Amino acid sequence: MTNWTIDGIRGGLAAKKVSARELAGEFYGRIAARNPELNAYLALSPERAHAQADKVDRLVAEGRPLPPLAGVPIAIKDVISTRGITTTCGSKILENYVPPYDATAVERLEAAGAVILGKTNCDEFAMGSSNENSAYGPVKNPVAPDRVPGGSSGGSAAVVAAGLAVASLGTDTGGSIRQPGALCGVPAMMGSYGRVSRYGLIAFASSLDRIGPLATNVRDIATMMQVIAGRDANDATSTTAPVPDYRAEIAKPVKGLRIGIPKEYFGAGMDAGVRKKIEAGIEIYKKLGCTLMDIRMPHTDYAIATYYIIATAEASSNLARYDGVRYGMRAESDSLLSMYRKTRGAGFGAEVKRRIVLGTYVLSAGYYDAYYLKGQKVRALIAQDFHEAFTKVDAILTPTSPVPAFKLGERTADPLQMYLADIYTVTGSLAGVPGISVPCGKIDGKLPVGLQIFGPAFGEARVLQLAQAFEQAGGATV
Amino acid sequence: MKISREDVVRVAELAYLELSEAELENYRKQIDEILEYIGKLDELDTAKVEPMAQVLADDQTADATLREDVEVPCGLGGEILKQAPDPEPPYFRVPKVIER
Repeated sequence: MTNWTIDGIRGGLAAKKVSARELAGEFYGRIAARNPELNAYLALSPERAHAQADKVDRLVAEGRPLPPLAGVPIAIKDVISTRGITTTCGSKILENYVPPYDATAVERLEAAGAVILGKTNCDEFAMGSSNENSAYGPVKNPVAPDRVPGGSSGGSAAVVAAGLAVASLGTDTGGSIRQPGALCGVPAMMGSYGRVSRYGLIAFASSLDRIGPLATNVRDIATMMQVIAGRDANDATSTTAPVPDYRAEIAKPVKGLRIGIPKEYFGAGMDAGVRKKIEAGIEIYKKLGCTLMDIRMPHTDYAIATYYIIATAEASSNLARYDGVRYGMRAESDSLLSMYRKTRGAGFGAEVKRRIVLGTYVLSAGYYDAYYLKGQKVRALIAQDFHEAFTKVDAILTPTSPVPAFKLGERTADPLQMYLADIYTVTGSLAGVPGISVPCGKIDGKLPVGLQIFGPAFGEARVLQLAQAFEQAGGATV
Repeated sequence: MKISREDVVRVAELAYLELSEAELENYRKQIDEILEYIGKLDELDTAKVEPMAQVLADDQTADATLREDVEVPCGLGGEILKQAPDPEPPYFRVPKVIER
């Protein structure tokens, strides 16, 4: 099996060693062979993929310049809208929903020549850390099929790790790109809040949600970011900050960069195997000539509590739209209010209902100040931790997840334990800063560990540069 | 106990969410445990902290990027209606709202 990369495909097309059509066919063949076991794709879009591949092949035949993602087979998380392709959000309530338009990120990928293969499985409405909250069954981790792939973008991580797509889009609200990237052993990036348009991303928590790429190497992540980043008139929170040339930036040397190691991310609760690999990863940066510095981020321990106030509050509001009137399923009833209640009761899964109840509670009269307002204030303190750290260091290194991929079913009975899987990722989500998870060795040569790099807001180039240097120095096999 | 059964019933009512007896008790117990955990935020004195509703700096917020209010045809009305469980173009049909 060829391990295709974006640059490899470009070279293959230009040299006429492979056509985009053949490539799409090869990936659909792999999917047919492996997806029944992994359950990573929920929908395939061969007609659209083949039409796009033919368009790329015509460019090749005519000797015209190829766009940056020409012919690259890409998968899209099922919470991102795709025109004409069923988009369920992993929920029964949207079982037959077919979006009438494309998300801006999807539109930009396709305009850059990407071939959209299909939609990937995820936790329902992106709520979960194991992909076990999908109404369509869990995804299996391709490196250990008795284990979870992480979540919520479990399908997007699994398809890249299994070679069923060259890259994918995931979404990250509290760790949902980075954590599955870590557990499946692929690089996975969340840009700054406002860096990538959320237009067409079906909302979970609007002040936290971000779209970002997963791929087999850091250079491909940079290429994907280059294509999807930038201002979009359809998302008022997408910023006008200029998008640097990421592919040029990643080649710069990292010698002399100051890297902060926050003590709070190395406390109890971290798996010993993860700790060993992360410590070995930090050694690589020393060898690369970076200056490692101990730093303090005193509010880290409050991040999960803060996150589960803010994310559930925003979710309870965003998910009010599923009422059986305009789209999705409807449970029949003789009055409007009873139809709403029955539709929502039957259409949402357990975790989504749990979060709607919690989110409605923290916003309700009498509890708003004690919970929601308190959460917003502590969020400011957590953001302040990052702000202060970045006056002293250029980047922050942490583990992505306290544990490697856990067994299917191991954590489903206890929601709070599941929430704690996001302990190292939610901080950056609350602060709005960019973060990447890069492969940092495998425990016993089997279970992947992810190293997380945070940069200051709109410092994606620095984050990518450090990730690239780590990968080039053999970080994936420490 | 942070949250009572009555609280869950009230909140489910606010959220138009039908819950079974088993769900009510299960969620009460689990949410109680989560709220207990969230209680650790009380360790922090936030009296002088401004709440943070969103992370973008002042020059990056929606206000800084407001566009002219110009009408743009969408043209998707028909396709959008097709997604409805019970469309009656150009309307969405719903069960009876007002009792006689």
